[in-house]
Amino acid sequence: MTNMTDRTQLPRIGDEQVELLERLSNACAVSGDEGEVRKIVLEEIRPHADDVKVDALGNVLATRRGSSERRLCVMLAAHMDEVGLMITHDESDGFYRFGIVGGLSAIDLTAKVMWVGKEHIPGVIGVKPVHLTEPDERKKPFSVDDFRLDMGSSTDKVKVGDRATFATTFVHQGPSLRGKALDNRLGVATLIELVKHSPPHIDLQAAFTVQEEIGLRGARVAAYAFNPDLAIILDSTPAYDLPAWDVDENLRYNTRLGAGPAIYIADSGTLSDPRLVRYLMEIAAANKIPYQIRQPGGGGTDAGAVHKQREGIPSVSVSIPGRYHHSSAAIARLSDWQNTCNLVANALFDLTPQVLAGER
Amino acid sequence: MTDIANFLKELIAAPGLSGYESTVHPLIEKAWEPVTDQISQSKLGSLHGLQRGTGPEPRQSILVATHMDAIGLMVNAVIEGFLRVTSIGGIDARVLPGQIVTVHGRRDLPGLVVATPARLLPSYVQGGVTPLEYLLVDVGLLPQDVADLVRVGDTISFAQPPIETAGETLVGHTLDNRASVAALTHCLELLHTRAHVWDVWAVATVQEENSLGGAYTSAFQLHPSLALAVDVTFASSPGSPSHKTFPLGKGPTLIWGPNVHPLLFKTLKDLAEQLEIPFNLEPTPSHTGTDTFAMQVTADGIPNMVIGIPLRYMHTPVEMVALKDVYRAGRLVAELIAQLDDGFMEKLTWDN
Repeated sequence: MTNMTDRTQLPRIGDEQVELLERLSNACAVSGDEGEVRKIVLEEIRPHADDVKVDALGNVLATRRGSSERRLCVMLAAHMDEVGLMITHDESDGFYRFGIVGGLSAIDLTAKVMWVGKEHIPGVIGVKPVHLTEPDERKKPFSVDDFRLDMGSSTDKVKVGDRATFATTFVHQGPSLRGKALDNRLGVATLIELVKHSPPHIDLQAAFTVQEEIGLRGARVAAYAFNPDLAIILDSTPAYDLPAWDVDENLRYNTRLGAGPAIYIADSGTLSDPRLVRYLMEIAAANKIPYQIRQPGGGGTDAGAVHKQREGIPSVSVSIPGRYHHSSAAIARLSDWQNTCNLVANALFDLTPQVLAGER
Repeated sequence: MTDIANFLKELIAAPGLSGYESTVHPLIEKAWEPVTDQISQSKLGSLHGLQRGTGPEPRQSILVATHMDAIGLMVNAVIEGFLRVTSIGGIDARVLPGQIVTVHGRRDLPGLVVATPARLLPSYVQGGVTPLEYLLVDVGLLPQDVADLVRVGDTISFAQPPIETAGETLVGHTLDNRASVAALTHCLELLHTRAHVWDVWAVATVQEENSLGGAYTSAFQLHPSLALAVDVTFASSPGSPSHKTFPLGKGPTLIWGPNVHPLLFKTLKDLAEQLEIPFNLEPTPSHTGTDTFAMQVTADGIPNMVIGIPLRYMHTPVEMVALKDVYRAGRLVAELIAQLDDGFMEKLTWDN
């Protein structure tokens, strides 16, 4: 294990990293059942960390210690879990009822193929043929209670309690990346690279968290265990940068693809530490890394749990923007991922206790 | 014998939207070429495969129609790198968000259908179903590249890959009606090694989903003694009324109604019973939504029959069919044709 001592060793997002993201995106890890992603994370980081453990909830907590004296303890967190389903009732003949895990709506599930269980057995959520519907009926949204998961025929490979998620295969298209669960496999893939390239003057505490999508539950205990000096949360946030219908300008974009990492100032769960926000903006400016301020407002990240753990932990979130999260496929820009990784890597490289010396 | 699962997976991977069926031609021709005496194309692009009978000329002929066109989308505006779309064929807009598609621009582009976020919509469409005119296709490219590569009028096909599900069922888009094309292919293969008196016109029709243009014109051009359509019908599924649907995997349906010649219906029904091919009766009080609607009234009129292959979730990208129903439909048509003799048309009377 070598510690990085000059900036040329900062992590880079290239073909190898995109291939890792592809594996992470195609893996299934519905909140509470993150094993498939956890396995990839453990394989990737074990050779690079001093200490790796899987805690009581299934978080992967990895520490990579620096070598210089008086090191800051920096927690970086990225959630491994994704939204999905759990099979709740076997109605025989291959039809199953299911419940929703995380923020997922009937719209997203309509007429989709799903992967069920650890073997990714395919099943479908179909709807009544359009020919059998009335015009008024087609104006009413579907309800999840109307839906069944249809495996085609009864099969002993599917059991009540199994999780299911979208059967979407990752693709790299032009400047973009398309896949399921880019929220937050983008963050996971970024954090893996940062563990591999941690600078010597910090102790990097990497938390690959569970159950973010159902209430930031993994991050809460991870932050307690690490008790860091500060925390940076890596996530992927919605880009609503689509043409607005009969509106001159889209002023509610949240973030935009291609505009770089999205730095959080305020979301529904966290008021980011302004010192860390300023620091990230300075680092971006100094290194000519494009960035954007995520439009303050709703949404949230693991920071919501981390910043109020113990006596309080100065926290900030940085997200890679992505369109259509919590659906069958999201679209993100490779350049945003590269710039996000670059921003956080440079921020860690230059980090000193001075960052937190002033008043908040 | 062609393996129907593999053949169908190939067939539905070809786009072939209504009016643009040429991409599926080569696949069907390749399968039909070894088992037909000649293959030609109609002026509208329907495929005509001829299997000559053994009877003396002039021989009677039967036309078996299976439409090969697919439903899909078409670009009707390019805005800031996104595509607005209209539909080709009947599509419930509620099934579209989140579907992967291929945009057939200057080159094929992978795309994703998305709903305009509620926050960017006028209040009167917020919170409910997002109508088709507020859906967009995102191809992930920069706006200038999209403008260069995509034009108004480009077709967009579904790209959901075919998937084999439990119990020998197959899931994918455009199984309506490529499943019937596969059934007809199976029928031709069975007849290839079996003597039959009549000529058989195997026809893969165009534009069924729009105007039935293929059925009208091929029936006119070939002017058969009898015509039979194989098309998909509604399989029982969650949310669909049980009295309008038929069980999946329990055999094809035989349609009974004004589009059908009653004696032809009876011939098929008796035959299915005799051969112990399971089937369900599909009473259709008025018109069938199939090529038969057109063929029956072509020229001076043609006696018609329709066989249905039960299919779940019709006109969505996750249609599901049971492979054994496809084989059964193909076999039943082959058995019917094998027993058509010189005197059949004389027996095909109305009030006997």
